[in-house]
Amino acid sequence: MAECHPVGFQWVVEARARGAKVFHVDPRYTRTSALADKHVPIRAGSDIVLLGALVNHVLVNELDFREYVLAYTNASTIISERFQDTEDLDGLFSGFDAEHRKYDPSSWAYEGAREEAAAGLRSEQLEGGEEHTEAAGPDQYGAGGAAMLGKPRTDPTLTHPRCVYQILKRHFARYTPDLVAELCGISRADFAELADAITANSGRERTTAWAYAVGWTQHSVGVQYIRTAAILQLLLGNMGRPGGGIMALRGHASIQGSTDIPTLFNILPGYLPMPHAHRHQGLDDYLAEAGADTGFWGRKRSYMVSLLKAWWGEAATEENDFCFGHLPRLTGDHGHYTTVMAQIEGTVKGYFVVGENPAVGSSGGKAQRLGLANLDWLVVRDLTLVETATFWKDGPELETGEMRTEDIATEVFFLPAASHVEKEGTFTNTQRLLQWREKALDPPGDCRSDLSFYYHLGKRIRQRLSDDEIDRPLRELTWDYPEEGEHRDPSAEAVLREINGTGPDGRALSAYTELKPDGSTRCGCWIYCGVYAGEVNQAARRRPGREQNRVALEWGWAWPANRRILYNRASADPEGRPWSERKAYIWWDAEKGEWTGDDVPDFERDKPPDYLPPEGARAEAALAGTDPFIMQADGKGWLFAPAGLADGPLPAHYEPHESPVRNTLYGRQANPARKIYRSPAAPYNPPQSPRFPYVLTTYRLTEHHTAGAMSRPLSYLAELQPELFCEISPQLAAEVGVVNGGWATIVTTRTAIEARVLVTERVRPLRVEGRLIHQVGLPYHWAWGSGGLVVGDVTNDLMPLVLDPNVYIQEGKAVTCDLRAGRRPRGKALLDLVEEYRHG
Amino acid sequence: MAHGGWISRWPVIRQLRGEDARGDAARSARTDALRPRTEEADTVARSICPYCAVGCGQLVYVKDGQVTQIEGDPDSPISRGRLCPKGSASKQLVTHPGRQTRVLYRRPHGTEWEPLDLDTAMDMIADRVVRTRRETWQQEEDGKVVRRTMGIAGLGGATLDNEENYLMKKLYTALGAIQVENQARI
Repeated sequence: MAECHPVGFQWVVEARARGAKVFHVDPRYTRTSALADKHVPIRAGSDIVLLGALVNHVLVNELDFREYVLAYTNASTIISERFQDTEDLDGLFSGFDAEHRKYDPSSWAYEGAREEAAAGLRSEQLEGGEEHTEAAGPDQYGAGGAAMLGKPRTDPTLTHPRCVYQILKRHFARYTPDLVAELCGISRADFAELADAITANSGRERTTAWAYAVGWTQHSVGVQYIRTAAILQLLLGNMGRPGGGIMALRGHASIQGSTDIPTLFNILPGYLPMPHAHRHQGLDDYLAEAGADTGFWGRKRSYMVSLLKAWWGEAATEENDFCFGHLPRLTGDHGHYTTVMAQIEGTVKGYFVVGENPAVGSSGGKAQRLGLANLDWLVVRDLTLVETATFWKDGPELETGEMRTEDIATEVFFLPAASHVEKEGTFTNTQRLLQWREKALDPPGDCRSDLSFYYHLGKRIRQRLSDDEIDRPLRELTWDYPEEGEHRDPSAEAVLREINGTGPDGRALSAYTELKPDGSTRCGCWIYCGVYAGEVNQAARRRPGREQNRVALEWGWAWPANRRILYNRASADPEGRPWSERKAYIWWDAEKGEWTGDDVPDFERDKPPDYLPPEGARAEAALAGTDPFIMQADGKGWLFAPAGLADGPLPAHYEPHESPVRNTLYGRQANPARKIYRSPAAPYNPPQSPRFPYVLTTYRLTEHHTAGAMSRPLSYLAELQPELFCEISPQLAAEVGVVNGGWATIVTTRTAIEARVLVTERVRPLRVEGRLIHQVGLPYHWAWGSGGLVVGDVTNDLMPLVLDPNVYIQEGKAVTCDLRAGRRPRGKALLDLVEEYRHG
Repeated sequence: MAHGGWISRWPVIRQLRGEDARGDAARSARTDALRPRTEEADTVARSICPYCAVGCGQLVYVKDGQVTQIEGDPDSPISRGRLCPKGSASKQLVTHPGRQTRVLYRRPHGTEWEPLDLDTAMDMIADRVVRTRRETWQQEEDGKVVRRTMGIAGLGGATLDNEENYLMKKLYTALGAIQVENQARI
């Protein structure tokens, strides 16, 4: 965090100055470790063992925050008797279809809670074969899921053998300190210190927070890493409370915004799923599965209809399903890496790359470039000539003879982009905060904002339409924004106002609860409704922090409804009183009949703690006054996830796809549902291969950004970190025969790259399964172009195309490699070396 | 401030004479005459750092149509005026000489970039979108309506504004392009 989110880390330092204890769990000793109380080195790819052992430690010693757990989590819920655990099936959960490598989640359901609906869904998922089940997973269930409806059966004594609490105990029983020592390489003493610290620091009076970044997400079992942390935090009562939570430290200025208002294949704005061809013929079919009927997803019709009205305006009517039929349909995984495969196969003809650099920034760079070289046309928009724009004249495949410039038929348009100071608009930061940027000056030359580009492209496309039915969604699209300035840029504030939404009177709405299912409201992204409340750009608010309390509600605007801590109803006890004075945040004011406190309550303001839902209630009315997790169908924090995950209702430790270590916990070596490609463009290192004995993990440096297009051309930053290096221990350096400052070649089945050697005790070999495991750390900021003042080999070229099955994120943080002394071979000799390694 | 000739005002002499070496004695006449660029700016825009997702406040100083300085915004309750090495260097991000300001075009099989007028480029791109969409249009798959094109894909970075992502998703969806992805997945 000190390396990659330095200014955010000031708050950790400040907390430590006030007595907080800081642990840093990381394969490497970094600037974060230097400022922590304790650095705990871990073998990359083994975090579920560590987190699972912490869960087990809490359960075995009954250190959970029992009152919180009973009231606010699904610990007491009884699960279907058809459910079988990884302990029963040697590493599989019930419902695994070995042929398609997919789970049928119906046996994970709450007992009696529409198991048949989940089963029915299963048959629809399978319609059309394996491919179609891929888009039917987590993204289609929303945060609720069909298997969730109704009040589930519970056992408040937590003794029923099929209640979640008992299932958890059995599931995690073998996650012991001994196993942590064996698989993570963490000593029993270090584990005990960590376990004691987090449990002592949780409960009524204290809270513990976890922070993570892509070191947890870029794994073939990444989502389950976060799930394990969520289970731990729920057991300890650390969710929805000040100083608690699990902080996703996201890596880009508006990466959160890019998910909220997604340029992602599987969702529409506000996490509404994209419709699926085999399940969603009409709006009603779609809404039946777009999220739960109870909790705030119960208003999904209002969210969806308002979105359709924002996009198709007057053309969207009750009679035509509000133009739901205008939406294209998914039939499977259409994520980035699958799209690259489609480029190589020749299906994709035209490609827009906007502020992104997949040629060197995505895993498996060669596959990316093979895809780019097989397009008809490519549009690249960026500040500099990124490698994605120039691969045809200077890519590494030219040197090896795998490509020739004259043979590449791709037509390339490079359009220069406006920088962040040359346009106005909002970024959404890692804590869901929208902050408006004022425009400082006009962009130079042909540079334009992406807003301007897409607006004018849309206008030109609309001038080229026919009366054909396929053009109807474009003809009827609302696409008239006020134009400003010499270049007739569209007004960003007008777009933000459309995102916020308007009522029947045309005025800006102030809250998503004002959205209607009848087509009388329009809203481009329901979770952002309120950012333009009162016709005021709330994201532009700048009341200085020093003039406000610690929550600073008048700086920017956080979704939803300007709430700064999600699920903050949980900061009060079931009766609505703060758990302790020290941790008071939101509480029930019986006199006024409303929730009040430092933050905006993440709860209906006037719903009393003793509210009980009437029979048959829907949406938020179906949740009791003691149900803080208002987006969940049952209002509870899910220790056990009965739906919504592609690889199991509980986390289980699987080794990375490429690992030098055998999984001693289960008969399953790696995540059985992980996504792999069967293509020559996606080769893999065999597991436990002596040819690839070392663990390779990648990371960022403070002085650079991603693949370097925003940092390598800057002289200050280039000078601070001029060259690619690999970080290795003195023991590994001795084993391989390299010296500090010398050269090493790092090899996988994808390619070999060269880097300077940094020999340092910051990376320590770990004893795992009785032998020494060496780890190699590699930053990934270098490549050959982007106007960089410093250049180097491409780390991402080493990485495999293997993905988490829930979110299709690549496993970039734990793979295997070999390390050799000296520089890599040039030209065809490089291919020969890699070939030798492939066939050993 | 010391008085006398220039030699007696020379900081080294004053420091040797015993004045506080880190205080007034270290100041020269040139130091006194220096003014911060921020003071001379024509305008100051309140902005946000474009690197990581912490969202530090930035103040962008402009003089004569050029960015002259970018500083941390002390009002921000998130960053309290601080910036990291990247944020501190972000003036270079917008002013460095390697930045491209002209449209470039590479024709199929071409070996060099060629200049191209922006308007022409926009028309050419619109033509290609319309043509490719029509040529690759898929009304049905396996008897189900899909009404889409698998011939056009997009990948966006995560430094795009929300408003930009919104127009992109809206246009792509109306076009029937579903392979729309973002750094957020990568």
